[in-house]
Amino acid sequence: MADKKKGLGWEFVKGIVKENPVLVTLLGMCPTLAVTTQASNGIGMGLATTFVLLGSNIVVSLLRNVIPDKVRIPSFIVIIASFVTLIGFLLEGFMPSLYDSLGIYLTLITVNCIIFGRAEMFASKNKVLPSILDALGMGIGFTLALFIMGSVREILGSGQWFGISIPGISSNPMLIFIMPAGGFFALGVIIAAVNKITNRKPPEELSCGGGCKGCPNSAECGGKAGDEN
Amino acid sequence: MMVILLSAMLTDNFVLSKFMGICPFLGVSKKLDSASGMGLAVTFVMICASAVTYPIHYGLLVPNGLEYLDTVVFILVIALFVQLVEMILKKCIPSLYKSLGVYLPLITTNCAVLGAAVLNIDNEYTFVQSIVNSIGAGLGFMLALVIFSGVRRKMEYADIPETFKGVPATLIAASIVSVSFMGFSGLFS
Repeated sequence: MADKKKGLGWEFVKGIVKENPVLVTLLGMCPTLAVTTQASNGIGMGLATTFVLLGSNIVVSLLRNVIPDKVRIPSFIVIIASFVTLIGFLLEGFMPSLYDSLGIYLTLITVNCIIFGRAEMFASKNKVLPSILDALGMGIGFTLALFIMGSVREILGSGQWFGISIPGISSNPMLIFIMPAGGFFALGVIIAAVNKITNRKPPEELSCGGGCKGCPNSAECGGKAGDEN
Repeated sequence: MMVILLSAMLTDNFVLSKFMGICPFLGVSKKLDSASGMGLAVTFVMICASAVTYPIHYGLLVPNGLEYLDTVVFILVIALFVQLVEMILKKCIPSLYKSLGVYLPLITTNCAVLGAAVLNIDNEYTFVQSIVNSIGAGLGFMLALVIFSGVRRKMEYADIPETFKGVPATLIAASIVSVSFMGFSGLFS
């Protein structure tokens, strides 16, 4: 749905703030929680996802008139999985330490709802240039959210930030924040803070948790949550 | 064998310590019956997917030096399997199909299923160990969902500050459940 009035700049900016995939539309929660024990991991995961998102958006957009509607879901998944394999090779070759710390979650980018959601909702309906901007915006928004999460958890949980120890906390860090429980807690508080700042009404809860925009099954439930556009 | 089963179920619980399958965890855990239905469906697909991806990886991809195609092949197998299970259930056990119906297609995008298949290969489990690991992971997933649905029922009556309503409160409740699962850590070494 390229918004004619708002132009190309909007396609880029909307993903960063207004439709931030993690904090507002609540997509891609699994990697958000899993890899953000360190700010640097968050950035690495964010950039890897951005790469896959960019690649899949370009290819899906180029092929949007070729792929028959009935087989589009398997086709998109194969395109996304190919790019995930590619980024896996690149990271393994050039940044082995990041590759090790992301581990299995790198493979799981394949099933990240953000990427599938953008392919389905945006790239399959728009030209290449808006799709590229959309991918970059969403990717940066995702990276930013992961970076915030990672920073909070790293500072509180290990008293460091990018390996620099922070006086006062580093002697006595709250270990719980780098454990799984702290991840849930930090994300809950951050989303609450975003709700407070933007003064957003709490979203009406759906049986599937919302996020219909990225949900391949939205056709079956009527996609009630997609009315944000 | 028991160690693999129990550790996949409790200490390395997919939802609460590996963060896989968060979306259905937050989504369908509002009611007890849908939580257990989803848990059963995921367990079933997980076991089938592991049973199929294992021979594909070792029988087809490794001999041809194509291990790097794992991701692509696995996700296709899972998608096919979900479709197949849906068709079989529809034909043979319509009552079960009706109760699971809505949740079945959702499983394709559940990262716990792909995660289990990839982990089996990464940990170099044997075939039987892979199956046991998937059973444990699936049961653990179901356990987390069922427990959490109980927590959420209580939360309906809680007086939550306006900004925390909805997702934030749910996440914080999940964090407390996750703390309780930390009690299992160190059970097996």
